[in-house]
Amino acid sequence: MNAIILSAVWGVVMMFSGAFSKNKMWARYLAIAGAAFLLLANIADMYAQGNPFFHIDTKGMLTFNMFGLLVNAIAFATTLIYFFLSAKDIEEVGPHAGEYFALIFFVLCGVSLVTSYNNLLILFIGIEILSIPLYILTGSSKQNLKSNEAALKYFLMGAFSTGILLLGIAFLYGASKTGSFFIDDIGIGKVPPSPLFIIGLLLLLAALSFKVSAAPFHFWAPDVYDGSPTVFTSFMISVVKGAAFVAFIRLFADSFLEAQPIWQLIMALITAATLFIGNITAVFQQSVKRMLAYSSIAQVGFMLFAILGVGLKTNTAQEGIVLYIAAYSLASIGIFAILARMKDHSFEGFNGLAKQQPLLAGVNTVFFLSLAGIPLTAGFFAKYYMLSIALQTGKYFWLVIFAVFCAAISIYYYFRVIQAMYFKEGEQQEVEASPAFKGMLVAVAVIIVLLGIFPQWLINKLSIIYF
Amino acid sequence: MIPVLFILIPLLSGLIGFFIKNKNTAKNWSLFASIVVFAVSVCGLALSKTSTALHYSAEWLPSLGSKFSVAMDGLSQILTLLTSISFPVIFIATYNTEYKNAGNFYALMLLAQAGLMGVFVATDALLFYFFWELALIPFYFLCSTWGGEKRIQATFKFFIYTFTGSLLMLIGIIYLYQLTSDHSFSLESFYRLKSIISAKDQTWIFWIFFIAFAIKMPIFPFHTWQPDTYEQSATAVTMVLSGVMVKMGLFGLLRWLAPVVAGGTWLWGDTASALCIIGMVYASLIAIQQDDLKRLVAYSSIAHIGLMCLAVFATTQTGLQGVMIQMFNHGINIIALWIVVELIERKLGTRKISELGGLAQKAPALAVLLMIVALANIALPLTNAFVGEFLMFSGIYTSTATTYNIVFTVAAGINIILSAVYMLNMIQKVFFGNTNALTENAKDIQWNEKLILAALVIVIIAIGVYPQPVLDLTKTTVDTIITKMNFKF
Repeated sequence: MNAIILSAVWGVVMMFSGAFSKNKMWARYLAIAGAAFLLLANIADMYAQGNPFFHIDTKGMLTFNMFGLLVNAIAFATTLIYFFLSAKDIEEVGPHAGEYFALIFFVLCGVSLVTSYNNLLILFIGIEILSIPLYILTGSSKQNLKSNEAALKYFLMGAFSTGILLLGIAFLYGASKTGSFFIDDIGIGKVPPSPLFIIGLLLLLAALSFKVSAAPFHFWAPDVYDGSPTVFTSFMISVVKGAAFVAFIRLFADSFLEAQPIWQLIMALITAATLFIGNITAVFQQSVKRMLAYSSIAQVGFMLFAILGVGLKTNTAQEGIVLYIAAYSLASIGIFAILARMKDHSFEGFNGLAKQQPLLAGVNTVFFLSLAGIPLTAGFFAKYYMLSIALQTGKYFWLVIFAVFCAAISIYYYFRVIQAMYFKEGEQQEVEASPAFKGMLVAVAVIIVLLGIFPQWLINKLSIIYF
Repeated sequence: MIPVLFILIPLLSGLIGFFIKNKNTAKNWSLFASIVVFAVSVCGLALSKTSTALHYSAEWLPSLGSKFSVAMDGLSQILTLLTSISFPVIFIATYNTEYKNAGNFYALMLLAQAGLMGVFVATDALLFYFFWELALIPFYFLCSTWGGEKRIQATFKFFIYTFTGSLLMLIGIIYLYQLTSDHSFSLESFYRLKSIISAKDQTWIFWIFFIAFAIKMPIFPFHTWQPDTYEQSATAVTMVLSGVMVKMGLFGLLRWLAPVVAGGTWLWGDTASALCIIGMVYASLIAIQQDDLKRLVAYSSIAHIGLMCLAVFATTQTGLQGVMIQMFNHGINIIALWIVVELIERKLGTRKISELGGLAQKAPALAVLLMIVALANIALPLTNAFVGEFLMFSGIYTSTATTYNIVFTVAAGINIILSAVYMLNMIQKVFFGNTNALTENAKDIQWNEKLILAALVIVIIAIGVYPQPVLDLTKTTVDTIITKMNFKF
């Protein structure tokens, strides 16, 4: 509860930050303070379960469990680090820095709604609150044609998918016996599913697949991620994607678990297609930014294993997705923070970075190794969990082997960057990096390595007090 | 505690090494660290097998059932000994070679040593996988940064190959882990699985593990990364790759595959053996054709490793005993061969056999030493490889695990003849005959090179004459592995 209210309030505060002071720095500090405050409030919520600052009777529309709160904490911590790393780049996008920060806080409000919904209407509202600020952020570079194109594309496709989401919710409402939007009531239980229910489920599956950019609903993603200002791409593929996944997994774990035979094979096919398209297309990219856009689709392919494995004993799926979101978000914001400071986004742009900026190259290597899933980085345990989930379902062995070969392909494009940084000579462009910026990146790299050795620091929270 | 030191000393000294800017300091620092590791290893040998110093276990991931547990039996001891000998030898032998960014080079070498040591002592499957992958990362940077012109592509191929193999192995590990009754990654729990795994599962688990190890060894048809990588890497790195890293594959086979998935090993042993035979003959035939010294040694290594893998599948005590001793011998012999190649290249600037000739007149010491190393490579009596190969041959011949034991023995025998062809041919062309413009002014080797080669030659002859200590070291381990491998449906 804390997070929902505070993020909304802080968003409003941020909107007016420009009114009282012309100094840009002021907005930045206010935003950092806000993110830190959100994180603390959320942690307070985690430790004082059922005893938050705000008591509002939501008539059971919202439910706060450890899973949702932990994802919130990851999202807020990531945002805080993101502000530290990229606040300067956010200010450079346009003249209205305060508004960008405000929009980001509204996105966070959406994030905390979709991690705690107990009712499909809240899911709908949450996803809308999450998406609409993003449409604006995507088009925030007003003079840039690509940014405009991306915003329009994102908005049209997003609106379309929201329509599908709403239609699906309507079908499920009709199918439920008592006429209810609550996720506990819309499942099928032991009754054979009606066609109404199946159609509703498939529509929701499509709409949520769109939100997490799973194939074949991924077509918007590369253009949007490539077109929007680099700082905002970073936020979109880390925090927002993680939240969308939580929405996905909660719905399928709580409502549609009994209907698993209906959707599991479709989910497996979507996973295979996502892995295939993401990895194969990423290989052919010439721009690192676009490669990362496709690689984010490939990573989604791995995350989808968690949805395939909902209902497994000991919440392996939830543990895995929490770790995956943390690992992927941290590595992404790190990489994008460096990328945003570079003028040339092609692979050649990274040539010789190790000579010019050994520290940046070093931490960037850690981030890419984590994305590739090499041991000693958080990415390894993330992938480990996903493979282990898929094996535990006991049905999709072909998919596991397929995923392994896709992971091997991903080595190709991730290591191309490492190769460029270390083994190629190039006239290096100036990369502006203050000691504070470097220090923060090192801290992120250290967190990634620590999570790669002791993943239980994050996960234990879940297994002890889950629900 | 000793296995922990094996990992910690190189790891920490390697990390410190990154911050050493001065070339000579870096060189001496890494040499010192590697000698310390060697000293620890000698201390470890002096201890009795049951000593608690050879075991260490701590909680790591309790929720997953994985422990940081390391221990040393005969197999680990012989391989850690090989690793701890190799590194000082390599550092001394290449003492005069200059590297760009020497600090990073030596630091990465030490990190690679830490990874290798970890693989050889881990008794927890997840920990084993961790080190297995971690050893790869320093090698990736070592092979890509220093070496020949096409090194980046060659290393890339190597990396993707081995990474794919490792991921397949990871699937196998997770699958076995889920079968364990106590949800644990420990070797003991894995051993208990032998009769639980169904016949169908035995097959695929065997193959995904075997492919991972076959890529590392390498076994035909997964060997294509090897000649390119050996040729393109800096010689010091090639020594580690061929002397120590390829043993990871054999080690995996002996520790994690054959005793754990005994049924699958028994079912598919013949097929795997056939692959070994094809690879051996094929590699030897290619070695005969090679003009580049490095490629020649690379292909000869494929043939030798193939023989060891073949002997594992024979499932006999003598054969396995031979594998144990031969793993050590192969490491020593091939490092000595690489040292010679490196010396020739550094002095004359070429590795082409056709451009060399008459070196024996100009560098008699080198010629004598090489002659002994080459004879050891052909497994002549009185050399170390003779002991190993003799044991392996008698093991393969007396094998009851396969009905094709005579065929395999004959095919492996042909391979020995072929190895004599290419080794002697190489010696003849490089060291004898007339000198040419290039070799006219060659000088003999320096003291540190003589010292190291002579030391290796002494090891070669010592083990050749009196192999008993090495055999004693591994005897109990061999017995355990054989008992665990004896499994039929």
